[in-house]
Amino acid sequence: MLSFTFWDILSNLLLAARWTVLLSLIAFVCGGVVGLLVLLARVSRSAVLRKLSGYYIEAFQGTPLLMQLFLIFFGLPLVGIEVTAWLAAVLALTLFTSAFLAEIWRGCVEAVPRGQWEASESLGMTYFEQMRHVVLPQALRISIPPTVGFSVQVIKGTALTSIIGFVEVTRAGTMITNATFQPFLVYGLVALIYFVLCFPLSFYAKRLERRLHVAR
Amino acid sequence: MSLVKLQGIRKSYGSNEVLKGIDLTVNEGQVVALIGRSGSGKSTLLRTINGLEEINGGALEVDGEMLRPGHTNLRALRMKVGMVFQQFNLFPHLSAIENVMLAPVVVKKQNKAEAREVAAACLAKVGLADKEKSYPDQLSGGQQQRVAIARALAMQPRVLLCDEITSALDPELVNEVLNVVRKLAEEGMTLILVTHEMRFARDVCDNLVFMHGGKIREQGEPEQLFAAPATAELSQFVGSVAFH
Ligand SMILES: Nc1ncnc2c1ncn2[C@@H]1O[C@H](COP(=O)(O)OP(=O)(O)O)[C@@H](O)[C@H]1O
Ligand SMILES: [Mg+2]
Repeated sequence: MLSFTFWDILSNLLLAARWTVLLSLIAFVCGGVVGLLVLLARVSRSAVLRKLSGYYIEAFQGTPLLMQLFLIFFGLPLVGIEVTAWLAAVLALTLFTSAFLAEIWRGCVEAVPRGQWEASESLGMTYFEQMRHVVLPQALRISIPPTVGFSVQVIKGTALTSIIGFVEVTRAGTMITNATFQPFLVYGLVALIYFVLCFPLSFYAKRLERRLHVAR
Repeated sequence: MSLVKLQGIRKSYGSNEVLKGIDLTVNEGQVVALIGRSGSGKSTLLRTINGLEEINGGALEVDGEMLRPGHTNLRALRMKVGMVFQQFNLFPHLSAIENVMLAPVVVKKQNKAEAREVAAACLAKVGLADKEKSYPDQLSGGQQQRVAIARALAMQPRVLLCDEITSALDPELVNEVLNVVRKLAEEGMTLILVTHEMRFARDVCDNLVFMHGGKIREQGEPEQLFAAPATAELSQFVGSVAFH
């Protein structure tokens, strides 16, 4: 039987953790871009756009991320679209992230007082000018803590992609456990890696939030 | 020459008719005060004049710009009508001068250097030349309201609407704002004010409009109106407000 040292295990996990980080980053950036578009639809003046984007958000918030992954990974091939585990992971996490960010950001846009809309309207600004110059800059400021906080959910969400066979840190942990029969040690390290990735973010989010409260 | 002309303005919120046919003419350079009990429709009337409230009937005209029910292109009208709110509504993420510059740059497409010059002049006019770089939360209420006045003036409106602009201020800050308004009036700015400052209304305004239940009940010169109210509602109202 092969023997694994502690360092073998840890270095393999860390190598796999790069994929966790990369997947999180891509999902977060792409999800942010799509989320911004969904947000603009959600707060637009068109009732149709508001409704459609509302359904979109409900659909992704109302179903487990795992089902979204399964639908993309197993469902799309049935209609003739082959997707790799990597692509399915990116796609599912992007959609999931975009829906949640759009909803978080909608709350931030709505937190901008009515008077801001009225003042900019009375100055002759169009809806887009109001958004661009008055509302979004203020919404952006209050959105930072919850957005950073949500990034933790994205990182933890990437663990689910192990189920469709994408080798990130959780999947690597399973594979190493199967070879070493040391689940406690291996999964303990996996959990620690997640913690090291997530804790600074949630800590930072909490601090930002406190600072925002003091500033008010 | 008439600058603002309202004819039969009607406005309802659902089944609640708030403005029941308002006719009002304001001449260039005139200073008009709208007075009346809370809920009589003063704010609503003011807000219709720059299109913040859609009207259900009648027509209004400001310096040749017509507004009728269902009208959606309000930009031309709004560029002629400035508005100052009770709650200041300054943009908190922008400094004082940026607050004043924003609309000229965005709406009027002025270049920034030019807009900055105009904005500096407007801030100087309201006595805040030294506060250009301050953010709203670093200013007192009176200073914020004066920035808001400068912001409206920077668009070079033909008429300025003020909705209880001293009501949210601590008493000691009221006069600095009223003095700015008084100065604008002396310079010939056309003003329509909703105010509870009766002494100010009497001293500064040419015309007093008393609203009651969504209608104009009485109007005329302040001295005359205060001295001899023609209706029971106005005499009751005059009796209920203090002249301080
Ligand atoms: N957005 C609104 N929706 C429904 N009713 C309103 C709204 N704004 C004002 N009203 C009603 O219109 C009436 C007149 O209000 P307003 O113009 O604010 O009076 P004033 O400024 O004289 O106190 C009040 O009865 C008020 O409740
Ligand atoms: Mg009012």
